[in-house]
Amino acid sequence: MIYLDNAATTRPKPPAVGQAVAAAMNEWGNSGRGAHEDALAAARGIYSLRRRLAEFFGCGAAERVVFTQNSTQALNIAISGLFGPGDHVISTDWEHNSVLRPLYRLREAGTELDFLSADGAGRLDYAALERFVRPNTRAVVCNHASNLTGDVIDLSRVSAFTRAHGLLLVVDASQTAGMFPIHMKEMGIDVLCFTGHKGMLGPQGTGGLCVGTGVEIRPFAVGGTGVQSFLEHQPEEYPTRLEAGTLNGHGLAGLAAALEYIEQEGQRALRKRETALARRFYEGVKDLPGVKVYGDHSTHHRAPIVALNLGEIDSAELSDELSERFSIATRPGAHCAPRLHRALGTEEQGIVRFSWSPLNTKEETDRAIEAIRILSEEL
Amino acid sequence: MREKIPRLIITFPTTTAAMAMETFCRGRQLPGRLIPVPRSITAGCGVCWAAPVEAREELEETVMEHHITISGIYHVLI
Repeated sequence: MIYLDNAATTRPKPPAVGQAVAAAMNEWGNSGRGAHEDALAAARGIYSLRRRLAEFFGCGAAERVVFTQNSTQALNIAISGLFGPGDHVISTDWEHNSVLRPLYRLREAGTELDFLSADGAGRLDYAALERFVRPNTRAVVCNHASNLTGDVIDLSRVSAFTRAHGLLLVVDASQTAGMFPIHMKEMGIDVLCFTGHKGMLGPQGTGGLCVGTGVEIRPFAVGGTGVQSFLEHQPEEYPTRLEAGTLNGHGLAGLAAALEYIEQEGQRALRKRETALARRFYEGVKDLPGVKVYGDHSTHHRAPIVALNLGEIDSAELSDELSERFSIATRPGAHCAPRLHRALGTEEQGIVRFSWSPLNTKEETDRAIEAIRILSEEL
Repeated sequence: MREKIPRLIITFPTTTAAMAMETFCRGRQLPGRLIPVPRSITAGCGVCWAAPVEAREELEETVMEHHITISGIYHVLI
């Protein structure tokens, strides 16, 4: 199988990731539960990862790196713990349901929402930011890059807006964390939500949120923490405030190995590799008869995604043909991005998404181009 | 059981703070180690830093220097 569904989860992982998970499963106890060497080994490994991620994301403090199962959980924690009835939040049409559904649920309880609209080409109407702002506006919640088109948001423009109005900026970095340089302090990000199993190249079941200095998030889940056991409420201190229950220590051991791989190989070099492959594919298919590519490919500053349709073929049918006939894995359908599909006019047809990781090859990419060429001729 | 001696005990509100203490103390080769919190201090679970009482000053300096959040400092016979 030629795996081009890396925006869903990267595969394969660097070999050291699986090795680290297996080692932790055999050697680690439970972090924060006891002071014996096995528990401390887990606590040391997890603390070391917090420090490294704090540095990696420009978060500032290790204790403000909170681990979760994935981006969705991180976004639920951030959104439900920051906003409430009477607050106003601005988001965008690019968002994944991991942002939209937590926001919609808040709206049912009295939070007001506005969305930057996307046009038929997927471009966001940034000028609306100033029109939307009102006295009760608290934040902008937005993704760093669209999981559908791979377009990257103009974060400097958004953060200039949030800074100017004293608003929080909550960023969903699901499609960029790991491969894009992200520095929260320099980029004006107050809460950064990330997953470990995409660009970070780590295991599924890992992720987190980095919480900027001075940002107070109410606990989402409460429960066992290994500390302050006789308190009736969740401890107030980060990261324990937002981490109830046993952490996925084994997965985090793998994430630490993945981070080491990224740092050894070089983030810039890895991103250059995957971006070049996506660009190679784009150049190879964009002019084929019947091919319609979505998103802004006039820039190289984009996630390694090429979203396309072929004629009027149902995206599910095209993806299945690619899988069964050409052994190419892609993602069809709606990609949990309903507002952007509406903007692009692809609610019915869906879109076939091709996505790369640095571990893909030119040969794989060329075979995908050839498959689209053949299918294009068969239209 | 071994004989009890006076020890300096530093407690923390989170495991993360305890791990920060260990990391920075090891980095500076300061004395002590993480142990379960003695019941004379708290009935809760968790880990604390146990060290010779004479190390108090330099340990407090490390806490201040690295902004480690602590819950308390005690002298305990353990």
